[in-house]
Amino acid sequence: MTQDLVVYVVFIAYAVGMLMTFGTLLTWVERKQAAVMSDRIGANRAYVRIPFTQIKLVWLGLFHGIADGIKMLVKEDFKPRTYDWYAYAVAPWVVFTPVLLVFAVIPFGGLLDPGRLFPSLAQWFGGRTYAMQIAQLDAGLLIVFAFSGMTIIGAMLAGWSSANKFSLLGGLRAGSQMISYELVMGLTVLGLILIFGTVDLGSMVQQQSGTVLGVLPAWGVFYQPFAAILFMTAAIAENKRIPFDLPEAESELIAGYYTEYSAMKMGLFMFAEFIEIAIVGALFTTMFLGGYNLPYMSDAGFTLPGGSTIAMSHGAVVVTQLVVFLVKVMLVCSFQILVRWTLPRFRYDQVLAFAWKFMLPLALVNLAVTAVLVWSHQGAPL
Amino acid sequence: MKKPYQRKQYWNAPTLTLWERAYLPEILRGLFITSVVFLRNMRSWVTGKKGALTTYYPEETRFDYAPLNRGKHVLTQRPDGKPQCIACNMCATVCPAKVIEIEAGFDPTDTAHPKFPVRFEIDYSRCVFCGLCVEACPEDAIRMAKETPGLPSEDRRQMWLTLDEMLTWNPQRDVAKPYPAAGGVTKIGGAE
Repeated sequence: MTQDLVVYVVFIAYAVGMLMTFGTLLTWVERKQAAVMSDRIGANRAYVRIPFTQIKLVWLGLFHGIADGIKMLVKEDFKPRTYDWYAYAVAPWVVFTPVLLVFAVIPFGGLLDPGRLFPSLAQWFGGRTYAMQIAQLDAGLLIVFAFSGMTIIGAMLAGWSSANKFSLLGGLRAGSQMISYELVMGLTVLGLILIFGTVDLGSMVQQQSGTVLGVLPAWGVFYQPFAAILFMTAAIAENKRIPFDLPEAESELIAGYYTEYSAMKMGLFMFAEFIEIAIVGALFTTMFLGGYNLPYMSDAGFTLPGGSTIAMSHGAVVVTQLVVFLVKVMLVCSFQILVRWTLPRFRYDQVLAFAWKFMLPLALVNLAVTAVLVWSHQGAPL
Repeated sequence: MKKPYQRKQYWNAPTLTLWERAYLPEILRGLFITSVVFLRNMRSWVTGKKGALTTYYPEETRFDYAPLNRGKHVLTQRPDGKPQCIACNMCATVCPAKVIEIEAGFDPTDTAHPKFPVRFEIDYSRCVFCGLCVEACPEDAIRMAKETPGLPSEDRRQMWLTLDEMLTWNPQRDVAKPYPAAGGVTKIGGAE
């Protein structure tokens, strides 16, 4: 039992550390990528001066994230005279916490055998193995949707309790938009559940390590290309980023449901948004891009399409899987930032029309076609 | 009875082709364009070139300033190096931002120009670069050079340009106002 405790504490520390790093790093990536995309240089003035010298470390503007954090920590914590002070104070946490919790069911590596990794500890661990995932729940995806649905409550609480018309409008918009896209997101994933026959994300990843049609890696994106596009769109809308940033619409609603928030409370909203980019990246990677595995790779090593195998040592596999997962998540995050700095915003009625008149039917069609194909493929009795 | 709302039809309403109305192809095209620009600029950065159009002010200045750009103020000089300014305060009077401060001094030995500026300072944190001081000057003593002052600072008290800094401009040949030959200082007023 102590062994389990040690391993899972390490997992949790790794996951939380990774999400926090992504949250802060993505602010920098967003600034720099947007700048490079539009022929600019990007934020690069913040520096750390080494004490007692005149050496200023700029590091491509990496310290702007720290400057933001410090600014938010030392700013005045404005308290509006609202009728519902408790809801006002708790709303940022209701947005922030579920975003972190979602990651509990996402596997960030394959099967870990600490005894093989550290031979000196082999006896203590006694052959126990752990899937690199904080909570190995059969309900995997359901947990994801349950928790990501909770952030809606936070946004609406914030909008309602701020005693501000802009906030209220923002909260309303957030509620309707997120509920609409939550539905689309669920429907797109249903096709994948039909194909893999499970909602457990860990076993989904394992099933993606084979091949399909001989050469393609058996990634979800090759089984369900439409679902992948729809899921990505719905996820960006769910995260309320441009082109779907209607709840926050600066030009119309100042800052939407967090108009009345300042200092670190506002920082929590922003941080939650950036962590959610990473979460969306992790989910997309896990479901559509083969998770922590390289193409043709499984826990034992590579099985190339020709049938030849390349065995890998356990340590190499673990390190490869951890790194590959991070790289894939980063690439998907980068794609989301690309979308955010490319597309123009929707009008509010267009956002909802897009969800209900365009994406929902497409998702349903996709689901129906998938269901028919899966049924005919398995030759299941009618 | 109130009529139902009808959206106004504009004569220049945009018309979209079927391809454009399909939305997704054009979206993909946009994403393709931005990612190509991103990759092109990234290649420049990685290979050590500058992948941006931004001028990195104040470390860099643009090369394409207009020749008549109203930048930094300069005070023209007499051949002996003294400022041509006679401290008449016309520039300070006409200045709409009221940034010029002149303190006049008296030099009885220089009979032609007994009045001269002891202190001539311009506050660049407030200057609007309108050039009215140049036009108001009866002595052609103040002009504006093409270069920008290069005075970004964290302290507005450091953004004052003093007499010494404005007297650095000393061309050998000035088209606008030919200098008299060295030694032959023209005296006006004839108080020999």
